[in-house]
Amino acid sequence: MQQAKPDGVTPSQTVGPYFAYGLTPNGKYDWNDTFSNNLVTADTSGERIRVEGQVFDGDGAVVPDCMLEIWQADAQGRFSDPQDKRALPNSTFKGFGRIGTDAKGGYAFDTIKPGQVADPDGKPQAPHIVLAVFARGMLLHNYSRIYFDGEAANAADPVLALVPADRRATLIATRQPGGNAVYRFDIHLQGDKETVFFDV
Amino acid sequence: MTLVYPVQSLAAHPPRLSPAYKSTVKRSPSKPLIPMRHTLSELTGPVYGHETVRENDHDLTVQGKGEPIGERIIVHGHVLDEDGRGVPNTLVELWQANACGRYVHVVDQHPAPLDPNFTGAGRAQSDAQGYYRFVTIKPGAYPWGNHHNAWRPAHIHFSVFGHSFVSRLVTQMYFPGDPLFPFDPIFNSVTDKARSRMISSFDLENTKPDWALCYRFNIVLRGRNATPMENK
Repeated sequence: MQQAKPDGVTPSQTVGPYFAYGLTPNGKYDWNDTFSNNLVTADTSGERIRVEGQVFDGDGAVVPDCMLEIWQADAQGRFSDPQDKRALPNSTFKGFGRIGTDAKGGYAFDTIKPGQVADPDGKPQAPHIVLAVFARGMLLHNYSRIYFDGEAANAADPVLALVPADRRATLIATRQPGGNAVYRFDIHLQGDKETVFFDV
Repeated sequence: MTLVYPVQSLAAHPPRLSPAYKSTVKRSPSKPLIPMRHTLSELTGPVYGHETVRENDHDLTVQGKGEPIGERIIVHGHVLDEDGRGVPNTLVELWQANACGRYVHVVDQHPAPLDPNFTGAGRAQSDAQGYYRFVTIKPGAYPWGNHHNAWRPAHIHFSVFGHSFVSRLVTQMYFPGDPLFPFDPIFNSVTDKARSRMISSFDLENTKPDWALCYRFNIVLRGRNATPMENK
């Protein structure tokens, strides 16, 4: 329904340090988890991966009161959203995850490797996960992207191409040694190793 | 995909670096953000069915064994976009301190009582027109150590999704006439013009006689234009 046009959007404010009860209980409090850091169900198709890392501030100190949210396509590059007309209505993969960092600033998501999604010109983007970073001391969340190393499509990705070459590595999760597909993706809120954040 | 979320909408938000709020100094980006065109990844967003919201999730006064202490209030409003369209079926989450100004969080050591019957978390889904409603307890002010005699104005944290990942919003609802407004750097990080959009209005019409005062808090998300502006 259409109303009188409001005079602008509601301003953003910080999640503060005490978001855990409302947003990321993870068994710590008596409140159900609507979302978790495990996006995979038994029926989900695609390569199982774990993305893990730590969050650091401008002094290199870990950020223990950070909340991360991810949004991604399924293994076929489809989003679980009616706006994606290619989405399967019964897709078991919801594509959204949320977690609060631990005392060491650490986090992990269990998910699947996303497929390729087209850019506005119809060209395929390299597989990526969209990331939103919230924390005490952040009045507005930051958007970033998680790409994967060893991915040939990275070279032609239109969004990575916007990033100065010497900063691109901050967007690429590195495959860890071992049999399981574990990728390391650290987030630096500020400083020399600052993660690239996008103005969206 | 022919939707455009205008970047001008972002002018309402506070600057990431707001030195009066000390924690922003080491947590805001030091390098310029990189502008990009929205792709399907940004223009889509998580969609939640009613199964995520339980019967009493919107009523924070009935979640414990007994009634919480404090002033019972109704908080309701309209989730809409900046073009005035209601945002239906979107998840609205909230969290807050209790009536004494204390959160259940283990790190909160403010020497005010915890309320065994109040945990301060709630969840609702906007209806088909975009309206939502909560019953809760008016939160208290609390000290927070940012500067000498720093106290947060009473507030309720809100988290809303909307229809795309770029319309994601986390904000705080304040109460009208709070004497702490002039001294709070988080509230004042926002421009004068936009600040009033975070303050709820007292709603006598929907106040329940002999039961609870009511506050109205409309939440305005980024709007979307159906046609890309560069094609006009």
